[in-house]
Amino acid sequence: MSNKLVEFRNVSFRYGEEQPWVLKNCSFEIYKEEWVAIIGHNGSGKSTIAKLMNGLLFPQEGEIYIDGKLVQEETIWDIRKDVGMVFQNPDNQFVGTTVQDDVAFGMENRGFSREDMLTRIEVVLDAVRMQDYRLTEPHRLSGGQKQRIAIASVLAISPKVLILDEATAMLDPKGRKEIMATVTGVQEKNNVALLTITHDLQEIVQADRVIVMNEGEVWQETTPRTLFSQQQELREIGLDVPFIATLANELKQAGIPISQEPLNHKELLEELWTLYSRT
Amino acid sequence: MNNAIVIGQYVPGNSLVHRLDPRTKITIIFIFVFIVFLANNVWSYAILTTFALASMFTSRVPIRFILKGLLPVWFLIIFTFLLHIIITKEGTPVFEIFSFKVYSGGLIQGFAISMRFFLLILVTSLLTLTTTPIEITDAIESLLHPLKRVKFPVHELALMMSISLRFIPTLLQETEKISKAQASRGVDFRTGPIKDRVEAVVPLLVPLFVSAFKRAEELAMAMEARGYQGGEGRTKLRELKFGKLDIIIYILFSTVIIGLILTRN
Repeated sequence: MSNKLVEFRNVSFRYGEEQPWVLKNCSFEIYKEEWVAIIGHNGSGKSTIAKLMNGLLFPQEGEIYIDGKLVQEETIWDIRKDVGMVFQNPDNQFVGTTVQDDVAFGMENRGFSREDMLTRIEVVLDAVRMQDYRLTEPHRLSGGQKQRIAIASVLAISPKVLILDEATAMLDPKGRKEIMATVTGVQEKNNVALLTITHDLQEIVQADRVIVMNEGEVWQETTPRTLFSQQQELREIGLDVPFIATLANELKQAGIPISQEPLNHKELLEELWTLYSRT
Repeated sequence: MNNAIVIGQYVPGNSLVHRLDPRTKITIIFIFVFIVFLANNVWSYAILTTFALASMFTSRVPIRFILKGLLPVWFLIIFTFLLHIIITKEGTPVFEIFSFKVYSGGLIQGFAISMRFFLLILVTSLLTLTTTPIEITDAIESLLHPLKRVKFPVHELALMMSISLRFIPTLLQETEKISKAQASRGVDFRTGPIKDRVEAVVPLLVPLFVSAFKRAEELAMAMEARGYQGGEGRTKLRELKFGKLDIIIYILFSTVIIGLILTRN
């Protein structure tokens, strides 16, 4: 019980009385230090989940608990300490005039002392490997670098959950790789639970668990590996199956015995050469 | 990405003037602007000019930057000078051009007023040349702090200023992007009668405003998610330091004021 960090209990949400339900009776849990990915196509309600988690929106029905606290008007400021969020657009979440000012913004809001801020800035910039950019202005940074600063700013207040709401959607492939590498490193070192929200199946590979959203409902809760093997169903709910999964499937159909669903190039390659050396 | 964008005219440096507390600089310039009008003879002008030129030289800002700041007001300085020569008819006639008599009083008056202009522009541009916009914002926030008692939103004003500073380069980049996008769709910004060119700005401004509002909305949400709840109980990373140097400068400036009062008649 104490391991439960986030809990959604029969949550339903819509933006207005006349509007259709965006979330319908959603229930799921996220545990401490876990990496959960939420995936779904546009309009499946996945971003709404993030906003509900730190009280930017409130559900019409059901309850949300963060570390045992019910999310409501009175508790949102406490909850926002525990739930850190990185949004999609790198520019529109950069508040400070320099990197260090932006990292400090969240700490300033919470009344950290100046000495604390200076040491924390050092630590978190190190964690996202941006220590050389302390005094750089935002317009001199690439999108990927800005997102790394956004992650650092959130880490500075030591949240229990870090939510990446489509944080890589506006980046180029290089920026995406940077962010995924940063996130992996951060999760290992900082003992935070990680919730990545995405529509890209490539990005769920490293997650412990995947929650697939469709039409505002939790469609499935599974592991990345099992999900990759359900290609037909994934296509039906409008998600792109990664190339490796498609390739593995084709190989299977061509009669090559592939024992487990590969998640990336390396795994498939491993599988193929062991197979080759055995025959 | 355009790396050449520099907001304001700040010239980086580490001179005495750069290292002064921005509050000191603003206060002194504020007082200077008033006392310039007290000067009324050669000696009082000499004192003020010495002060202004001395700060200019200690700032080690290249002269060409200062001249660039003076450029837009040259016309005004010369214009007032000429105006005074024409209008003031005191003292003895000095010389005559095209049967128009120039009086000594006019010359002196014209010279004095132009000097005032020159000094005003010089010290105020020194402020922006040696102080970053964000330092000025911090100084204004700190100086206006007493107004909080009368419910003046000091913190909000400062935050607005710093966010504007933050977004100026972003919006400039966006303007460039939109103008290229519109140009590729056949909007002509450069040729044709002025009326057409003014009209061509509309398809540039509308998308810019739409996106600025969208940005504002997202930024507000991101700020809230990061725990922003107004100025109450907020601490600050950037710190203004009032040091020995500032005290020395204040003492120096006080002697300038005393000297001015003693020399004026």
